[in-house]
Amino acid sequence: MNALELKDVRKSFGKSEIIRGANLTVAKGERVAVIGPNGAGKSTLFNLVSGRFGISSGDICLNGNSISGLKPYEINRLGLSRSFQISNLFVNLSVYENLRCAVLWAMGYRYSFWQRLNGLRDAHERAEQVLEQIGLQRQRKVLAGVLTYAEQRALEIGITIAGGADVILLDEPTAGMSRSESDAAVELIRKVTVGKSLVMVEHDMSVVFGLADKIAVLVYGEVIACDTPANIRSNAAVQAAYLGQEVHA
Amino acid sequence: MEFTLFTLLNGVSYGLLLFMLSSGLTLIFSMMGVLNFAHASFYMLGAYMAYTISSVLGFWPALVLAPIVVGLIGALVERYGLRPLHKYGHIPELLFTFGMSYLIVELVQLIWGRAAVPYPIPKELDGPLFTLFSTSFPIYRGFMMLVALSMLASIYLVLTRTRVGLVIQAALTHPDAVEALGHNVPRIFMWVFGGGCALAGLAGVIGGNAFVTEPGMAATVGSIIFVVVVVGGMGSLAGAFVASILIGVLQTFAVALDYSLMTMFNGLGANITEATPGYELLKLTISQSAAILPFLLLVLILIFRPKGLMGTRE
Amino acid sequence: MRLTFTPLNLARYLVWSGFALILIVAPLIFSKGAALSILSQIGTVMIFGLSYNMLLGQGGMLSFGHAVYSGLGAFFAIHAMNSSGIGASVPTTLIPLVGGFAGMAFGVLFGYVTTKKSGTTFAMITLGLVELVFASSLMFPSFFGGEGGITTNRVRGDALFGISYGPQIQVYYLIAFWLFISTIAMFAFTQTPLGRMINAVRDNPERVEFIGYNTQWVRYLTLILSAFFAGISGGLGAINFEIVSAENVSAIRSGAVLLFVFIGGISFFFGPLLGAIVGVFFSVMLSDFTPAWQLYLGLFFVLLVRYAPAGLASLILMLLRVKSFGLFHRIWKPLLAVCAVSLVGFAGFLAGIEMLYHLTLEAANGSIMTRFGQQIDVKAAAPWLVVAGLLAAGIVGYRRVQPGYYAVWSEVNAEIAAKQRGSAA
Repeated sequence: MNALELKDVRKSFGKSEIIRGANLTVAKGERVAVIGPNGAGKSTLFNLVSGRFGISSGDICLNGNSISGLKPYEINRLGLSRSFQISNLFVNLSVYENLRCAVLWAMGYRYSFWQRLNGLRDAHERAEQVLEQIGLQRQRKVLAGVLTYAEQRALEIGITIAGGADVILLDEPTAGMSRSESDAAVELIRKVTVGKSLVMVEHDMSVVFGLADKIAVLVYGEVIACDTPANIRSNAAVQAAYLGQEVHA
Repeated sequence: MEFTLFTLLNGVSYGLLLFMLSSGLTLIFSMMGVLNFAHASFYMLGAYMAYTISSVLGFWPALVLAPIVVGLIGALVERYGLRPLHKYGHIPELLFTFGMSYLIVELVQLIWGRAAVPYPIPKELDGPLFTLFSTSFPIYRGFMMLVALSMLASIYLVLTRTRVGLVIQAALTHPDAVEALGHNVPRIFMWVFGGGCALAGLAGVIGGNAFVTEPGMAATVGSIIFVVVVVGGMGSLAGAFVASILIGVLQTFAVALDYSLMTMFNGLGANITEATPGYELLKLTISQSAAILPFLLLVLILIFRPKGLMGTRE
Repeated sequence: MRLTFTPLNLARYLVWSGFALILIVAPLIFSKGAALSILSQIGTVMIFGLSYNMLLGQGGMLSFGHAVYSGLGAFFAIHAMNSSGIGASVPTTLIPLVGGFAGMAFGVLFGYVTTKKSGTTFAMITLGLVELVFASSLMFPSFFGGEGGITTNRVRGDALFGISYGPQIQVYYLIAFWLFISTIAMFAFTQTPLGRMINAVRDNPERVEFIGYNTQWVRYLTLILSAFFAGISGGLGAINFEIVSAENVSAIRSGAVLLFVFIGGISFFFGPLLGAIVGVFFSVMLSDFTPAWQLYLGLFFVLLVRYAPAGLASLILMLLRVKSFGLFHRIWKPLLAVCAVSLVGFAGFLAGIEMLYHLTLEAANGSIMTRFGQQIDVKAAAPWLVVAGLLAAGIVGYRRVQPGYYAVWSEVNAEIAAKQRGSAA
């Protein structure tokens, strides 16, 4: 059973078809990077998988079960979690509180208004654990809105993985980062996605080649190739899509 | 037949007045995302200004001057009160206009007193326009409809045929892009806000003497124009027009009808008396429920069609 | 890893004990005349405001119709008090609970519809709802009492321990009791998973869905709890005034609580408490002294929105923060100067407004106005010259001292920010 499967997924906004029959398979524990030229529909694909938008046709299966048409929180409860390209944090809560919120549902606390938050040991410990993993222990009391850009990106990843989801979607996690910040982020991603299935949209090729088991190339809403990094490098169709012409050596 | 015709005409003229008021509100909301709680207060200001100006210069100069003055006041309020609040988001802006509505009512009372002022219909417009059977339709109502329709036409022309109108239309949905193109969007906002208030002021000039000019007039009409804007669809002038007429006609008819469920059932042969369970509900006449109709419509629309009748955004 | 309990625990007990102490002792300090009645009113408005802030400050939900829940709660409470059936067996001490459960029931009913939307749409639907309820109150006179409302006698049933609730002091302590436990309950709510998630919904309703929560349910449940406490305040109001009318479910009352809570400060738990005191001061006490009180309230509110949108609580906390960093000695002199000139200008402004009001509203009574035992002829030039002088002095003085104050204030705050960053680094 595959962690994630996209079967001939199509999405139109009005008359424009953005995703035109995308097929993708992510095996359990696999790390897949989705690359493609600007406007290919990578973020739209993420929005479709995570339930932010509904698909026009086709099917998306999570661990063998169809999730097309489900609401984002229903998909999240089934074990899929995503990050955002533009940091989507709880700006008036501290770093620690951000992480603690992210674990509450997964730990079964639901809409409880009769339990003391500070008495929930397991939520506290998990939040501390993630805090340590993302390296923001010293900023635990800082409000998320005033963190530096790289710290916000780290917190963004932290919120995504805190709930313990098996399938992680990261949308351009290293966007806007310097070389050293990217390297640190790659290390962080590698560390926190051990044993999980990961799908990542990325533009930075060194990040892609450093992390991915497979690379899927999205062009004009279709996955034109999905293969190991080495094969993708030499794939003629991919080269044509990026460079416009077949490159003769 | 006579009843239907005249109630319809009255309803349409009331609806057109509502439209004059809510068109400004819709423009301001679509453009700036600010729901101007003080809009009805500018309506009131227009009426009072017209009263003062007309007692000195006459009605026709007041018709022109009062909206201009109200519009200028609105522009100043936007420039010095609202603009510094843009950075804090929509809630502080809304609260500011909310506070302004309190303030304006108080200032009006301070200057003109707490009693209604005798703002008269000008002699040229007083009297019947035409008489059908035994009921006559006043000239002034016809005049109101004329002003409202020409105002609608001119807004439409300005927005679609002039350059400024095109810029405003663009800024309605994409203010950042318009600013990036070099237009002074804050200044456009100020003039749109002022313009919206001027429209409300014009409605006040027309409506103040047809109905009564008193400090409570803002509250009476205030909630209804929000209903109009939401039912019509936030951001749609055409929707505001349709909703205004709809609500105007609905209310005018409802107020005139004295039937209740009880009359209906009794007409069918039932015998409903005070002892019948649910009597209080059954004896309610339509005219008694007229007050809740707009709000019922609002709640229903928000449940079933939150975009409103013709809205483009929620 | 041990979940350490912070030393703040001791402070917590101190704060709550202090609160209880103030509630117990207040009527002994403010014992003159109508003070007891005002304290009682402040108490009910505090509960109402705290319940409202669960929506606005903690949830980011701007409601224009919160009086629906407190008002309907009040009506159910008063009918229970008047009833000779089941209601008769509920002792007056527990009547607020009737109001609370009624409010909660309507929260369940209306909240499902209103919380489907958010933002401005939510605000509009709550406005429509309160106008709907208010308009229907005249349609059902047997429940709502028509124009006159429903009256009752709070001295009913058996007087336990001699407490009949006839004397105002007994009503005050009843209100104080419910205020105390409601405040504790609402504070405890902020420390629960739901209480934290409604904060998350306030900050980023979209993200909440991606961490497993249904945003609408978080809002809906919070509204139900908020309506419960609003109903308690309504029930207490019914006992206190012995009358409930359509005004209790009006948009005006909803607007008032919004005003008060905002003035107090929506981002702080105790903000509504402050706002209730200021609000009742304006609407009940000031209204006895001057017809211009609504103008002052409106002006105060608008100035606060413009210059201190985080409310009075934020101003107090900012000053306390400066004090806690030991830097208060730097600012108190410029602060005093600014306050002094503002006071002068303010006095002139007040005098001018009072005179204007007398001129236009009480012209029939002649042109002599009596204030503080002084007779002032508003048609004469002298008082107006005094007003002009005070205003001018205030404005000139303000322009002189404010830049200096602003400079010191910015300096001090920059130092504090640096110290805070330093300790976090």
